[in-house]
Amino acid sequence: MGMLSRSPWVIHYDGSSCNGCDIEVLAALMPRFDVERFGVVNTGNPKHADIFLLTGSINEQNKPVVLNIYNQMPEPKVVLAVGICATSGGIFRECYNVLGGADKVLPVDVYVPGCSVRPEAIIDAVVKGVGILEEKRAALRNNLKSAVSQA
Amino acid sequence: MASYLLYFLILFPLSVALIIVLVRKEALFPVIIYPASAVLIAASCLLIGLSAGGKPMLIPAHFSWVEQAMLVIEGAMSAYLLFLAIKQRDWFVSFLVVVQAALLFWFHFNFGHSAHAEANLFIDLFSVVMGLIVGVVGTLIAVFSVGYMRDMHHHVADHAAPVVPDNRPVFFGIIFLFLSAMFGVCFSNNLFWLFFFWEITTVCSFLMIRYKRDTVSVKNAFWALRWNLLGGLAFLLGIIFLFHTQHTIELDKLLALPKALVMLPIALISFAGLTKSAQLPFSSWLVGAMVAPTPVSALLHSSTMVKAGVYIVLRFATSLEGTLLGMLIALVGLVTFLIGSFICISQNDAKKVLAYSTIANLGLIILCAGIGTYEAVWAGILLIVFHAVSKGLLFLCVGSIEHKLGSRQIEDMSGLIVRLPKLAFMLEIGIAGMFLAPFGMLISKWAVLRAIVDSNPLFAIFLIYGSAATLFFWVKWLGKIINVEKVYTNIETGICRGQWLAMGSLAVLTLAICALFAPFAAIFIEPYIIALYGHSMSLGAGNMAVMTIMLSMMAFFPLAFLDRGRGVKVAPPYLAGANVGELGQQFRDSLGGVKAMHMKNFYMEAYFSEARLMRLGVLLTVVFLLVIIAVGGLQ
Amino acid sequence: MNIFTGIAFVFLAPLLGGLVAGFDRKISARLQGRIGPPLFQPFYDVGKLLQKENLVVRKSQRLYMEFFLVLIILTGAIFFSGGDLLLVIFAFTMAGVFFALGGYKASSPYSFIGAQREVLQMMSYEPAVMLAAVGMYMVTGSFQVADIVAYPQPLIFKLPGLFLAFFFILPIKFRKSPFDLATSHHAHQELVKGITTEFSGRTLALIEIAHWYEYIFVLGIGYLFFASNVWLGLVMTLVIFELLLVVDNATARVRWQAMLGSAWVVALIAGGLNIIYLMLLRG
Repeated sequence: MGMLSRSPWVIHYDGSSCNGCDIEVLAALMPRFDVERFGVVNTGNPKHADIFLLTGSINEQNKPVVLNIYNQMPEPKVVLAVGICATSGGIFRECYNVLGGADKVLPVDVYVPGCSVRPEAIIDAVVKGVGILEEKRAALRNNLKSAVSQA
Repeated sequence: MASYLLYFLILFPLSVALIIVLVRKEALFPVIIYPASAVLIAASCLLIGLSAGGKPMLIPAHFSWVEQAMLVIEGAMSAYLLFLAIKQRDWFVSFLVVVQAALLFWFHFNFGHSAHAEANLFIDLFSVVMGLIVGVVGTLIAVFSVGYMRDMHHHVADHAAPVVPDNRPVFFGIIFLFLSAMFGVCFSNNLFWLFFFWEITTVCSFLMIRYKRDTVSVKNAFWALRWNLLGGLAFLLGIIFLFHTQHTIELDKLLALPKALVMLPIALISFAGLTKSAQLPFSSWLVGAMVAPTPVSALLHSSTMVKAGVYIVLRFATSLEGTLLGMLIALVGLVTFLIGSFICISQNDAKKVLAYSTIANLGLIILCAGIGTYEAVWAGILLIVFHAVSKGLLFLCVGSIEHKLGSRQIEDMSGLIVRLPKLAFMLEIGIAGMFLAPFGMLISKWAVLRAIVDSNPLFAIFLIYGSAATLFFWVKWLGKIINVEKVYTNIETGICRGQWLAMGSLAVLTLAICALFAPFAAIFIEPYIIALYGHSMSLGAGNMAVMTIMLSMMAFFPLAFLDRGRGVKVAPPYLAGANVGELGQQFRDSLGGVKAMHMKNFYMEAYFSEARLMRLGVLLTVVFLLVIIAVGGLQ
Repeated sequence: MNIFTGIAFVFLAPLLGGLVAGFDRKISARLQGRIGPPLFQPFYDVGKLLQKENLVVRKSQRLYMEFFLVLIILTGAIFFSGGDLLLVIFAFTMAGVFFALGGYKASSPYSFIGAQREVLQMMSYEPAVMLAAVGMYMVTGSFQVADIVAYPQPLIFKLPGLFLAFFFILPIKFRKSPFDLATSHHAHQELVKGITTEFSGRTLALIEIAHWYEYIFVLGIGYLFFASNVWLGLVMTLVIFELLLVVDNATARVRWQAMLGSAWVVALIAGGLNIIYLMLLRG
């Protein structure tokens, strides 16, 4: 196991939602589930984060915010769309201002349906995300190597 | 040889001053001042050669006409000051002038024939150090002022600001007159001579503060004059007392007398030193003096003139050691240091920060003098040197920055490192020199701490609090300079070569003294201390090695300017995801409008307010001074 | 103590400091009824950060943090070689200044306020640390750490007030509640991550390592109060650290006014009385 999978730091953003999934994310951090067992830390700062954990749907108002946060995360990074609203827009899908799920603006790596999503599912998603993170790092390194060899 | 050098140092600036005042041609100022400054610096460097033996040298310098000339000049000065004071309706100043002149003439007509000094001038290592400061730092500031004053008068003509009458010949004349008087202060052994030069510096300071001639300048000039004249009066009384009780008017004889016999004259002259060096409760005059053009603040009100005050008190250190008087003087210095440092925290005006920090550092030197042990004197002299160089540099930088930015508020200096890179870099050196290890002031503060712990650990407690405050206001200023809150362009043009030369030399000096501080102390300070006390102190070879390592590490820091960011990616600052604009330095607020980010320092006005702390400091020090007077009266 | 202990510090402190940090997280988790991360978690974190991209706002901001690390190492090396305690404190202050300047240079509102508070924290703790040095000098007659360690009795008996003042400011140095104003190891504080907000990747890893060095160095000062016996010293250092963790988990973050005021007042009263006591002893 690489270092990346031992210490996934998360930034959590709650979009247009009922806050149910938001609360479940907090539940995952609390003593009962304690994701810090796996080195997961909720940093609240894109510059420190490896995993962008998005709950809630995307609307016109939060689209630039989500993009900004994503762009301020250092590579390698993954995006988890947690909860049905983040995957597809969910119950808010038909609203006039809602664009839909996270994949409308970001390249989503892991989809986690559920309304609201259970903490076990969130932990599972993070573990999946960590695997993708390692793949992305390997890809980045290969790119770098091929760039060097071409030069 | 030595005597001629001293005559030259005193008379040469005087003649330069006369030439400038007589010539009055703008085009000729640089032609006169630059070569004259070069000569003066070279001549002061010759002082180093003189000090090689380390032995104090007495120089008779008997000229029958000098005393008469001095008396005539003092009479003329008094008349002029009296005229101005009456015109201004400042009765207190008029009163002081009249009393002082009356006392002086009364003494001369009654006792003048018997009051003669064996040696009028003298030179020892301490006065060589002072002479070097005046000769090198003072002259560099004079060089700077040529370009600065031209800029100032043209600037004022550009903007619709109140027009300052262009009186530059007089300005430069006074600067050189002042340098001459400062050399006189450093090398006089005859106390009447010392007093004469002392009064000239007071008058120079007065004339320079009112240079701009607006209401505030004139008011502050008289305020400064008032306290300096009060000190001058005490000085004169001290000399007269000394003559009446001990029949001498010579500094070296005074220092050689048993201290119990001369406590009163020493107390009076030290009082003069306290007023001159703007200690509490007199500090407000120095803050008011900041209305003068910046070179004046640099030269008179931080690097040299105020040093004359601490110089004379530090001279008395051996006599003050272990006495009640010494303890009270130390307390005045300590309170001044503490209050001055605290007030700096709440100040946004860069010149005011520099003024209060000057007051605080002078307080530290007075503290050393009052304690008077060999460690303390060692630290005190070092403080004088380091402070003169760094503070001179800081004032010059702030002056240039003010001309470029049109403001001297620290809050307006954001991104200075991009807008005025060279000035900002020198400002950083100056600031680092004031508080950061391994630079000068910190070395001295370290020595002061050790000196105090040995004599009175209770003082150390307050010293420590003061230096914690020092750390805070310098770092936040440094931080403001390097912080870049929006896109800036470089506007660093139009600063003339003379100004760059002066600032660059001072910056190099600041670094050089730190690097060469150990040999410097060994050549100039330790022999002096050994001559006085029989033994000296040092910080230890191991510590010096560590300091050298730290300094050489700092030498790598300019790499920050060369860093082109290999292996990093530039991203906008985190603004909770609300960044807008190309560089992301603006954000969308809750109402949808676009706002620029803006960062402001802590000033903690509620805790470190100028008015409140000043009141407290004045109250405390007035009590100490009253005790000094009471004790003096009992003796 | 000699140059070798200094060198040993340079190499061993990050290992030990990382373990201390891991221990801290484990114990804190237990105090909160959680299982907590593995003991080696801090090493995993740093290892990961070294593999990440380095995002900056201003290109030169990382240089300040590199200096911070170097100066912290120097500080500890002087301390553990038995050097002059005052010089150690000055070097430490200098390191802190560079840390704060890095925050300023990063030019973001969060790091700017974090840097402000960092300097404020330095201003708050400096009197207590300096007074402790003065007190040790008054008892042992030397500022050299080597001489202080060689003093036959535990200094705590003569310096109870100064120890109290020192313990009071420890949370500042360990960036723990109630004084974790500038930056915090806990998730989410009101300034995001305060002074380190704009640092990522390799630079953040260096800051983390610098903090490990800092831990060992600060615990080393605590050790001086009990230095007459090695085992007593080590046990008491551990006890101090445990107490610190309890305080961390039992208190909330205070405002800067409360931090500055309380740190200064405690140092002034407890430290001042202690110094007066020492003066009376000296006669």
